[in-house]
Amino acid sequence: MAGPGTRAGAAHAVLRGVTRIFPPADRGQAPVHALGPLDLDLARGEFFAVVGPSGCGKSTLLEILAGLSAPTEGSVMFEDSAVRGSPPDGVGVVFQEDASFPWLSVWDNVAFGLRRAGIDSAETARRVDHALGFMGLTGFARAYPAQLSGGMRQRVCIARTLVLQPRLILLDEPFGALDQQTRLLMGDELLRLWRDTGATVLLITHALDEAAMLSDRIGVMSARPGRFIDMVATGWPRDRDSTIVSDAAFGEVTARLWSSLRGESLKALGAAP
Amino acid sequence: MTERAPAWKRYGDSLALLAGLVLLWWLLSRWAGEEALTGPAETLARAQELLQSRRFHGHVTESLTALGYALLLAALGGLGLGTWLGVRRLAGQVAEPILVALYALPKITLYPVILLIFGLGLPAKVAFGAIHGIIPVTIFTLNAVRTIRPVYLKVARTLRLTPWQAFRTVWLPAALPEIVSGQRVGFALTLLGVLIGEMFASQRGVGFVLINAIGLNDVPTIMAAAFLLAVFAATVSAILLKIDRALHRRTIRA
Repeated sequence: MAGPGTRAGAAHAVLRGVTRIFPPADRGQAPVHALGPLDLDLARGEFFAVVGPSGCGKSTLLEILAGLSAPTEGSVMFEDSAVRGSPPDGVGVVFQEDASFPWLSVWDNVAFGLRRAGIDSAETARRVDHALGFMGLTGFARAYPAQLSGGMRQRVCIARTLVLQPRLILLDEPFGALDQQTRLLMGDELLRLWRDTGATVLLITHALDEAAMLSDRIGVMSARPGRFIDMVATGWPRDRDSTIVSDAAFGEVTARLWSSLRGESLKALGAAP
Repeated sequence: MTERAPAWKRYGDSLALLAGLVLLWWLLSRWAGEEALTGPAETLARAQELLQSRRFHGHVTESLTALGYALLLAALGGLGLGTWLGVRRLAGQVAEPILVALYALPKITLYPVILLIFGLGLPAKVAFGAIHGIIPVTIFTLNAVRTIRPVYLKVARTLRLTPWQAFRTVWLPAALPEIVSGQRVGFALTLLGVLIGEMFASQRGVGFVLINAIGLNDVPTIMAAAFLLAVFAATVSAILLKIDRALHRRTIRA
């Protein structure tokens, strides 16, 4: 099904004219126009980051792409089938909040999706052990989330998504609650994961350096209602890591992101640009 | 997470408290006199007599049967009702103030109505116990389900769980610690309801033994029955509290 404006087969995920308007919370209030209209093409295997001022609808964009909520207007296509308010197969989501299940051990948390999907136990064990090793959690397989740090719990959530071998991974500020050093290291792990799996990645972040360091392409969003006001291609090689922050071009990318975003951030704060 | 105190300290404190209570009891009985308040030793002796008498066994069986049925109704009914009201947000909002008002209502005022409906005997006691227990169990369960972190439900959706899978593997375990707290409160109030039910308009059960002894001014029997009830209630509560704490220890307060 190829609607107007889509190029069937060319992109992994396609958004056309996506708009989200929330109904008023109380009588007498105006509806909130949170997002769009907005177009986006994600190429297969691309690492794409979204930056924008607080409250610009970044998470709303992710929820629409994940099929967790339906757009008010516009269409979302993933692998040439329409996504509308129900999560499609092959999409994995990592949320900003800690979403590890406190009643399950680390191992059982990671195995959770595989068991529900009816994967046999030998294959489940193989994939879980591999993901735990990849995320540096092997020694904590029997631990419960309450015994782990915030960064490690977020790794459990990433591993839980990873074992299902998603072809599109959506991350909503997954490192937002972590300290700067941990974030850089988690960024390296994310790059390794992206290279090894060949998945398409969409990362939402408020950290410009994180977006500049990790991405092939960065979409800069305006203040509410969120639209893309700039697209920045970084041109990094595929086998990059966090040492790229010392590259001269890294400063240029970050500077461009900030010059696009400065006025919008001021608007979001309620000041004149 | 808070560190757990060492075992000797936890049990030591409990034992000291218990010893203090027994001492207080003994002092009060000295002060008030044996005919008003039987002391610990005499109470234990009378309790032992009661436990060895066949008649008392009949009363215990009657009470336990009533309590068993009442608990079954309160626990399962409250669980079902609370879950339903928690999932149906609007229904929950409508029902909660009504439930809280019913919770505050002295249920003894309803006992004549219950007696008229069920007549004298086991069904009336079961009903009276169950209406005591079902309300707190429902309120706790309702809140347990309603306060499940939304991100867990989003995870359930993105993992494409069926509604039944989501209920069994996410909703239920996420709400379980609070549900167990509700069952704990529900147990205590169901027991209270059954005993009150036995104290009035009944010829059998431990509640009847108690009210009968009050009528005869048989202080040792009053004290012995109260003592045995306290031991029973405290034991069950301690077990439920242990489960409750074990479940809550895993909960992360983010």
